[in-house]
Amino acid sequence: MENNLENTTNNNKINIEYSQFDSERMRLNAGPQHPSTHGVLRLEVELDGEIVTDIIPHLGYLHRCFEKHCENSNYNQIVPFVDRLDYVSAINNEFPYVMAVEKLAGIEVSEKVQILRAMCAEINRIANHLLAISAFGLDSGAFTPLLFLFREREFALGILEKLSGARLLYNYFCPGGVRYEIYSDFKKDVKVFIDSVRLAMKEMEDLLIFNDIFIKRTEKIGLLPKEVAINFACSGPVARGSGINFDIRKSAPYSSYDKFDFDIPVVEPGKEVVGVSGDCWSRNWVRVKEIEESCKILEQGITLLPDEGSVTDGIPKKLKVPAGEVYCKAENTKGELGFYLVSNGSDKPERVRARATSFVNLAILPSISKGYMFADLIMILGSIDIVLGEVDR
Amino acid sequence: MTIQEIYDLLKIHFNDDIKEITDISNGDSFITVNPANIFDILQFCRDYETLDFDYLTLISGMDSGENLGVVYHLYSMKFKHSIVIKAFVPKESPNIQSVVYLWRAADWHEREAFDLIGVVFDGHPNLIRILCPYDWEGHPLRKDYVTPQEYHGMKVPY
Repeated sequence: MENNLENTTNNNKINIEYSQFDSERMRLNAGPQHPSTHGVLRLEVELDGEIVTDIIPHLGYLHRCFEKHCENSNYNQIVPFVDRLDYVSAINNEFPYVMAVEKLAGIEVSEKVQILRAMCAEINRIANHLLAISAFGLDSGAFTPLLFLFREREFALGILEKLSGARLLYNYFCPGGVRYEIYSDFKKDVKVFIDSVRLAMKEMEDLLIFNDIFIKRTEKIGLLPKEVAINFACSGPVARGSGINFDIRKSAPYSSYDKFDFDIPVVEPGKEVVGVSGDCWSRNWVRVKEIEESCKILEQGITLLPDEGSVTDGIPKKLKVPAGEVYCKAENTKGELGFYLVSNGSDKPERVRARATSFVNLAILPSISKGYMFADLIMILGSIDIVLGEVDR
Repeated sequence: MTIQEIYDLLKIHFNDDIKEITDISNGDSFITVNPANIFDILQFCRDYETLDFDYLTLISGMDSGENLGVVYHLYSMKFKHSIVIKAFVPKESPNIQSVVYLWRAADWHEREAFDLIGVVFDGHPNLIRILCPYDWEGHPLRKDYVTPQEYHGMKVPY
């Protein structure tokens, strides 16, 4: 120590050797009650100055014993529980569950129901992505996009409310069909909705997506390489932002998705618009592009949806599910949502296991945010787009 | 590859460790394997050229009466096929090898199976509860689980 001090004085410049000091690490709790954690998530963060060196997520603040409840309820009673997993895209949650029950019970569903279900899921997907994009903007300090996009989101919720009678937690799908008939102006409403979403997203690209401040804030942080994403079993916009062409609507088309013509937006390495493949901006960009693809599906749905025929006729009076087990998956708004259903032949399931998308996607957070600033951690968390209802179940 | 082809291939390499294939007409058929050799079997599934199961969809624990079951759902990004592999461990010693070193996705799934069902994954780097509080007692998804009356002075059943 003394020698070093002599050296520094002799050379007449300050030479600090950091390895000689004990740098103090600080432990900070982000959450559980903070808007930037998108719910009740506690992140125990170890900081070196402002740089994140370690993260330990603590889950379970919103644990509602979903799987335990399911074992004590019959198959129709579970649908409202499923809604409450990812509560901003409830229709998309019902989709794989209802498909799983139908597959076990051997129920055939009419084409009209299949197309209507796909359309509902896409309206719901747009609503979710509008929230995800605007909340991501809010994380970076842009407040206006939130207010702008909520206007369009309200439109989407309005259509689903007219269909199902509920604004957020729909309880609309049921094994064999959907609960209520389509109202008369449904197609007209969807048409108006598509136009207004397209207009809003155009506005949003100028206002937020290609905004210089926003780009500087989000590009090249939270890098998730392709191989790591596969090893962590990421799906949805998180995987597609890293260049993985994986979408269950294309790779294993369910319901009526093989009838629609649409693309899967993927940010492949070397073909980025801004930033690099796998960064926060790319993940958000995938969501922006997906809204347009959903609009395409809805447009085709308007022409494909037959006017005649009932959507409630196929619902069985008494649901009988024979013994067996099945894993059904669907492309939720956040990625692959699957239900592993084990039936023992009685009216209650033996085991219901949800592969919650946000739960799996959140697991990458400690790996991709080490070494970035604390403020970037909030952006990375926002770009994964989690809903704590689904993480904690 | 179909489940029968995968079963035949596994049978050649692991012989007695691969037990049987259970056909389920209205769902997904599954292969039951010996839990003692689970790591090698799953590593083979991941690395063998024509299997290439690089995507671990789900690990679930389940209580099947006298045994605890661990169910692995695997998927291949390249070949787009999937497989269900099951292993049963006795309730008295519910130990099974962890597969975190094959797929990082297994980390939280295994913690959840430990938390709710009570399967102990040997070799897991951080096997602690994930959904229940860290000092919770018992494993709630077991069929013989009795809900405690009180937790830190708070009434539990409602």
